[in-house]
Amino acid sequence: MPVIASRTRTFVPPKSFRSITEAAPVRWTLILVGSAFLVLFLFMPLVAIFYEAFKKGTQLYLATFSDPYAIDAIKLTLTVAAISVPLNLLFGLAAAWAITKFTFRGKSLLVTVLDLPFAVSPVIAGLIFVLIFSTTHGWLAEPLKAWDLRIIFALPGIALATVFITLPFIARELIPVMQAQGRDEELAALTLGAGGWRTFFLVTLPNVKWGLFYGVVLCNARAMGEFGAVAVVSGNIKGRTSTMPLYIETLYMEYQSVSAFSLATVLSILALVTLLLKNFIEWRSAKDARH
Amino acid sequence: METLAQQKRRAPRRVLPGFGLTMGITVTYLTLLVLIPLSAVFIRSSGMGWGEFWSAITGRQVVASYKVTFGISFLAAVTNAFFGFIVAWILTRYRFPGRRIFDALVDLPFALPTAVAGIALTALYARSGWLGQFFYPLGIETAYSQVGIFIALTFIGLPFVVRTLQPVLEDLDTEVEEAGASLGAGRAKVFVQIILPALLPALLTGFALAFARAIGEYGSVIFISGNIPLRTEITPLVIVKFLENYQYPQATAVASVMLVASFLLLLVINLLQRWAEKNS
Repeated sequence: MPVIASRTRTFVPPKSFRSITEAAPVRWTLILVGSAFLVLFLFMPLVAIFYEAFKKGTQLYLATFSDPYAIDAIKLTLTVAAISVPLNLLFGLAAAWAITKFTFRGKSLLVTVLDLPFAVSPVIAGLIFVLIFSTTHGWLAEPLKAWDLRIIFALPGIALATVFITLPFIARELIPVMQAQGRDEELAALTLGAGGWRTFFLVTLPNVKWGLFYGVVLCNARAMGEFGAVAVVSGNIKGRTSTMPLYIETLYMEYQSVSAFSLATVLSILALVTLLLKNFIEWRSAKDARH
Repeated sequence: METLAQQKRRAPRRVLPGFGLTMGITVTYLTLLVLIPLSAVFIRSSGMGWGEFWSAITGRQVVASYKVTFGISFLAAVTNAFFGFIVAWILTRYRFPGRRIFDALVDLPFALPTAVAGIALTALYARSGWLGQFFYPLGIETAYSQVGIFIALTFIGLPFVVRTLQPVLEDLDTEVEEAGASLGAGRAKVFVQIILPALLPALLTGFALAFARAIGEYGSVIFISGNIPLRTEITPLVIVKFLENYQYPQATAVASVMLVASFLLLLVINLLQRWAEKNS
C-alpha cells in the first residue's frame, strides 16, 4: 500500500494509481501551458533586466556605479532600510508574542489592523503621511514650521512611508511559526526557574530563528524596493531624497536606459537572494519536520 | 503591577510573562503608524463639503481611471485565476524538468521592486522588444496601452492564486478521488464534482487577493501604461497627479474612495478565508 497521505510537496502517482491522474497528453499539455505562462511572465522579465543592463558592455554597466547620484541613492536606500527594518523587527517580535502566546478579546481585529498596510495602495501610504506632516497642508504644519522640522520631502518621511509599507512582513512570518511552536517549551523553561527574557532568548528565539531570518530579509528587500509610497513623500530630489527605485525611474525617464537597468540589477539580485533563502528555509524546515 | 496581578487572576491561562509589554508595543505602534494616518484620509474628506467631495470623486478623468483600474484589474485577476490554477496544479501534482526552479520563481513579483518590474516589462513589450515585436504586426499595441496595464497587473497578481491554491492542493485527500474513480467516474467527472468544489474557496480567495493587489498597484504600471488621460490612467496615478498640482482635497477624496474599496475587499477576503478554513 503506497503512502499517499504523506504531505510531500509533490505527489507522483505509482502505476497502480493512474485512475487519479490525467492521461499523458492532458498532463503534458497542462505542463506546457503552465510553463509557458511562467516563462513569459516571470523568467523573461528577469532575463530582460540583465540583458538591458549589459547590452552595451560591462564598462558601461560599471560606469553606473561611479555616478555620484547613484551612490547617493544607494546610501539613502541603505539608511532607510537601516531605520525601518529594526523598527519593524522589534514590532514584529512584540506583535507575534502577544498574538501567539496569549488569548484575548479582539485578537482577530488586531490581526486585521496588522494586515491593513497590505491592502492599501502604496500611493495612499505616501499620501497619509503628507496629510499629517506636510508643512503646507499637513495637520502638524504649524508646529513643524515653528521648530523648523522637515519630514515630507526629507529622510523622516521616506522612512515613515517605508515603515508603513513593510510593517506586516516580519510579524506575518513569525506568527505561524510561533503558533506551531505552542507554549509548552516556554512554560517548561519558566517552571525550571528561567526568567521571561532568558526564556525568550534561549527558548523562543532559537525555535523561530529561520522564520525570523526570512521575515527580516523579505522586509529588507521590500524596504529597499519601495517605489509608490516613497515617490509621494520624497519629492525625488536628486542626490538628496532619491532612493534607488526613484533614481532608476529618473534615469529611465532621461533615456539613460542602460544605467537604469544596471541599478535595477542590484535590486533584482536582492530579490533573487530573497527567493533562494525562502526555498532554503522551506527545505530546512521540511528536513527538521522529518527528524 | 497591580493591574498585572489582577489580569493574572482573571485570566489564569496568561501564565507567560510579557503580555502587557508586547501588547502595549503592538497597539501603540499600530495606532501611531497605521490607524491615525489612515484616519487622516477620512477626517480630511469629511472636512470637505459634500458637493466638493462629490465633484472630486466623479470628475471625468477620475471616473475614467476607475474604469481602467477596476476593469483591467478584474481581467488580470481572472487571467491569474485560470493560469494560476494550472501552475499550482502542475507544481503539486506532476514532476517535470525545471519544476523546482519554476516553483521558486513564482514569488518573484512579490520580491522584485515594482519599478524594476515596470521597466523590464516595458522593455519586453515595447514595439522593438523581444515580445512586443510579435504583437505589434498583429495590430496589438502591448506597451503604452490598456494591454500594457493588463500585462503589468497580471505579473503583479501572479503569486497570489498559486500560493493560495498550493497548500490546499497538497492537503487534498486523494482517497476521495480514488473512490470516485473506482466507482466508475471518469477523470473529468472526478475533477468537476470532487476536486473543483474542494478548491473553490481557495481559488476565490486567490482571485480576490490578486484583484485587491492590482487595484492599488502603481510602480509596475506607470512605465508601461503611457499614462494617457481618460485612456490609460490608473486611479493611483490620478491621486499622484492631484498631489503634484497641490490639489490636496481632490487627492484625498479619491484616496478615500480607493480605501473604502480596499477595505470592502479585505472584508470579502476574510470571509472567503473563513469559508476555506471551514471547508478543509
